[in-house]
Parts: sequence; C-alpha cells; structure tokens
Amino acid sequence: MNKKQKTILYRIIISAVLVVAVSILDAVLDLNVWISAVLYLVPYFIIGYDILKKAWKGILNRQVFDENFLMAVATVGAIAIGEFREGVAVMLFYQIGELFQSVAVGKSRKNIAALMDIRPDYANIVVDGQIEKVDPDEVEIGTTIVVNPGEKVPIDGVIIDGNTSLNTSALTGESVPRDAVCGDEVISGCINLTGTIHIRTTKEFGDSTVSKILDLVENSSLKKSRSENFITKFAKYYTPAVCYSALALAIIPPIFNLIIGNPAAWLTWIIRALSFLVVSCPCALVISIPLSFFGGIGCASTNGILVKGSNYLEALADTKYIVFDKTGTLTKGVFEVTGSYPENGFSKDELLYYAAYAESGSSHPISISLKKAYAGKLELERVNGIEEVAGHGVMAVVDGRNVAAGNVKLMKKVGASVTSEHDEGTAVYVSVDGVYAGCITISDVVKPTSKEAIAGLKASGIKTVMLTGDTAKTAQRVGTELGLDEIHSELLPADKVAQVERLLGQKGAKENLAFVGDGINDAPVLSRADIGVAMGALGSDAAIEAADVVLMDDDPSKLALAMRISRKTLKIVRQNIAFALAVKFACLILVAVGVANMWVAIFADVGVMVLAVLNATRALKIK
Amino acid sequence: MKKTYNVEVDCPNCAAKMEEAVKNTKGVKDASLSFMTLKLKVEFEDGADVDAVMKEAYANCKKVEDDCVIEL
Repeated sequence: MNKKQKTILYRIIISAVLVVAVSILDAVLDLNVWISAVLYLVPYFIIGYDILKKAWKGILNRQVFDENFLMAVATVGAIAIGEFREGVAVMLFYQIGELFQSVAVGKSRKNIAALMDIRPDYANIVVDGQIEKVDPDEVEIGTTIVVNPGEKVPIDGVIIDGNTSLNTSALTGESVPRDAVCGDEVISGCINLTGTIHIRTTKEFGDSTVSKILDLVENSSLKKSRSENFITKFAKYYTPAVCYSALALAIIPPIFNLIIGNPAAWLTWIIRALSFLVVSCPCALVISIPLSFFGGIGCASTNGILVKGSNYLEALADTKYIVFDKTGTLTKGVFEVTGSYPENGFSKDELLYYAAYAESGSSHPISISLKKAYAGKLELERVNGIEEVAGHGVMAVVDGRNVAAGNVKLMKKVGASVTSEHDEGTAVYVSVDGVYAGCITISDVVKPTSKEAIAGLKASGIKTVMLTGDTAKTAQRVGTELGLDEIHSELLPADKVAQVERLLGQKGAKENLAFVGDGINDAPVLSRADIGVAMGALGSDAAIEAADVVLMDDDPSKLALAMRISRKTLKIVRQNIAFALAVKFACLILVAVGVANMWVAIFADVGVMVLAVLNATRALKIK
Repeated sequence: MKKTYNVEVDCPNCAAKMEEAVKNTKGVKDASLSFMTLKLKVEFEDGADVDAVMKEAYANCKKVEDDCVIEL
C-alpha cells in the first residue's frame, strides 16, 4: 500500500471504531436526536470530507453526475432524514470499496510490471581497462559492452568475444536456453546465463528490442476494445439517467399519494431514492473491464505473445479464419536433410560423407544443409579438384576417389545408373568412381508444433488456409501432412493479398480473419487482414511494426494459446458485465419498490465491485 | 506528432472523463488515456504548440477531475 492508501485505511479504521462506539452509546443511553447527530457527524466527516469536497468542486465545475456526487447526495440525504448510521456506513463502505479497488489495481499493475521486468538498469562499458556501469541510454552504436552471467543484455548487438547461453524466456516464454557464440547477434532483454560476453552494440537503447517491446506493452492498453468503449459510453448516459430516476422516485410517488388522498410519505420515498443512488454507482463495470483486458494482455506477454491493443485481444476471440504463410511460419524456412537412400553397398554415413565433402566448397543452401547434416569437421585437405558443373552439380576428388553430387543429369554424365528417383524437396544424387552411391533429399522441415497447432485450431471450429509461393507439389505435401482446410500455392505477394481479400469477402460480418506470417515480404497482407500476426519476430523490427499481434518465438502453437487467452478474457469481461448489471438492476427495482434497504444498496455497490475486480484479476493467470 | 505523458488519477471513470477533456482541447487530434498503465497518449494537430496545448488540456482535465496530475 502506498501512503495515500494507508491514510485512507487509517481513516476507515478510526471512523469505523467511532461509528460502533456511537451506536453502542446511542443504544445504551438512548441519546437525544441532536446529540447523536453531532456524534455521528464526527466519523462521517473523518471518512467523507474529501468526497464531499470533490462533489462540491464537481458542482462548481458543472461536472455534477459523478460517483462523488452520488455518494454525497445519498449520505447527506440519509443524515438529513435522521438515518445517521446508514449515512456514515454508506460513506464508510464506499471508501472501503475504493481502497480495495485501488489496492487491487495497484497490485495488477505491479504484477504485470514484474512479469515484464526486462528493462535493463545499466550497461557495462570498458573505460581505460576498467568496467564502468552507465545508463543504457548513453551508450552509442558501436560501443563494446560487457555482460556478465546473471545480467540482462541491455542493448542489441553482436558478440565479439566469449560464448554463453542466453535465457530468452522473458521475451519468448521459451524456457530452453539459447546458445550464443562469438559472431552471433544477441537481443536485449535476454539474460546471460553462463559466460561473460563482450558485445559490440548495433543499435541505440531506444531502438533496441527491449525498448520496443516495453513501449508496445505499455501502450497496448491505450488501444481500447469495443467493450471498454461501450462501458465508457454507457456510464456517460447511465449516471445522469439514474440521478433523474432517483429524483423522480423521490417526488412522483408522494405527489401521486397526495393526489389520490393518501398521506404523502415523503420520507419513505426519499430514503428509497437515496438507496437507489447508492446502488447505481457504475464503478464495478468501469474498473473491472479494463482490468480484465490489461490482465489478459499481461498474461499473453509473459508467454511471449505481444498483443498491441485490447481491441486486438477482443478481435482474436471472434477469429474464424486463419490464413498461414507457409515458409517460416508452418515450416522452419531452412533446408535440412530429410532423407538418405544409399544404394550399391554404401552406408548412410558414407553417402553423407562423400556428398558433404564434394559440396564443401560451395555456399549454396543445399551445400550448407549437407555440411550441417554431416556432424564431423570437414578436413579440407581430403578434397581437391572441385569442379562445378552448371545446371548439374559438382564433381570433386575425395580421398582420391572421383565423387559426383548433383541431379540425375549429372549421374548420366558420369555413367552412374540411378536406380530410384525421389521427389520430396530437392534430391542430391551421389556417385563414387562412377558407381551410383545413393540419394540424399533436402527439404524445408515442418515445425514440430505445427501439426498440433493446426489440429487445435480446427478443433475449435476455425478454418485454416495456407498460402505459399512454393510449388504445388511441396505445398500439397506440407498441407496434407498438417491437415489444412485450404491450400493455395505458387502465389506472388499480390496473389496472397487477392486470396485474403476473397476470404474476407466470404466471411460473416462478425467473424474475423487472421493472417499469420513471418513478417518477411508479407506486410501488405498483414495489414489487410483483420488481425495480422507476425511470428518469430524476435529482432525483426518490420514485423513488430506491421503486425497487431506478435509471437516472439517460432512456435505456431502460441497462436492457439493467444486465442485461448483472448476467449477467456472476454468470458471474464462478459461475466462481469452480466453480473454487475443483473445485480444492479435487480437491486434498483427492489430498492424502488421498498423491498431492499440501504444495506442491500451498499452491497450492490461495493460488494459487486469487489467481486468484479477479483474476477477480473483471473485474466492474469490464464493458462 | 504524438507524445505520451504519465498521469496520476484515482478512478477509472475520472480517467475516462480526462480523456474526453483532452480530446476536446483545441490542437489535439486524438487522445487516449489508459487507467491501467496511467499513460496519456496525445496526438497533436499539425503545427500545434505542444506546450500551450497541453497546458490548456491540463486545465480542462482539472475542471472535470480536480484530483488529477499530468506530468508535463
């Protein structure tokens, strides 16, 4: 609790004690009405002076219909008609409610701040051989900074000395540490785990990943959802409407009574009108809804999902179509050896050995994946006479044997007879001394979580579509493996936009379409879709800018999690709206007809608010 | 031109009223106040004198919610 909250707490305690004391005194001694009025006024002013002051200032500034005004009128009214204890109690409970709300909100703010505690406090720079701590803001591009184990990487850069593993969980939600060696790019916000590293900064602090992410999360609650706007608008009309209803309730029935010749019963109706005012306070709604969204966004952030606004979190829940880009989104976007088919007595290892050595001089993606698959270190003196045969492959002498690696045409050229052809991805055929040694296939690999992610989305009734610039054959293979509903291949970037437009035309008015891409070349589609989701965006500024939802790591199953968080948050929001309105309206009616008294009214105000706030804080803990 | 300010305000309803007050200030194109992060983001009209506009906006906020602070 901060100082302000503590002061209120003391005021609450003091006035509560006083009220109880005065009540007992009153009951025992049966005080004169004037004396008890004066005695009750002491705790009343202790607890309510600021509310009365605010209400008065509100009237002066012509801002009449706010909570303070409601409370002031209700309590002053109650006291004026002799309901002293009720008057003080209403003010007391109102302050308790306000205190509770302020503590709950403060706690959520702190929780989320702690979850997003990635802001580095300092950077270590080397000055005259001594390490010095400076404000990250002061570090210029190209400076060498030192990050010790246990410290946060403060600024984006490249490792120039040292190896380590980094904990990226604050950014991605991924708990497996990432290894980083000399020459690797590192991103600010990671925590250095094992070794001291020296980093040459490539960005200023303000442009570094950590600043961008913090900025984005902090600003996300500024983009308000439909529900929040609804409540703001609702409160604007609701409060005056309630005030006039209360006024009508205080005046019309007594006048009606007079007309038909009954006693007017002014007092009864004024008490009812005042209780009516207490019930009507809209704070339960006004506080709990933004709080729920804030919790949902905070919860998503800790899982490595950045949602740029409450409106997008809300829109995610109504998503019925999800369009995926293939390469880099559902697949890893890098080529890997996916199969090897040795022939004529060669082993798998031998096949890979000859292929890797033959391709050792090339930097083509295919060669790189072959070298990567061959785990051992290549001893370059074992290979000589490398000759690239354009459109065919390479020929080389490895350990004194003539090796050829390439397509079927190359095999024909060297007189090796290919016994089986393979068509998955790219096939590299290998011959040794003119004898066919077998074939290695290389293709883009589907991410391990893609299948599960698609299945999960389909199970919740979402139509999944894949768009790709790749060939129909590859697209079909990946699409069928993952079980997507629609597959469209051989598309240019403009065709992707056209496909998305077609789907946008097809969907219902209340259904949303999300496009998921890796942020490379798909900015137009990202912005055209109802919700643009960029994946694997760690370190990619363009993607963070263009998308509405950013998945920090490469895991497509995060999308399902994001939707789950979105749906649950909205469920909490709807529960709160329904619960608060139902209780309020029920109590308003009960109060108006005289069934419920001021105490019920206090519950309908403070109790509902407390319950709604507690419910809203659940959004922080969605799994 | 957009700027973000830190705000102090106690109740969400007051925050909504402050937002409205800033929005209606001359020279402000759009404004958004988040009660959760206590941040006010203001988009100014082209060529507006930011300091003067914010002073005016602050005064307007004070009118609707006396108990508020904008860190200018």
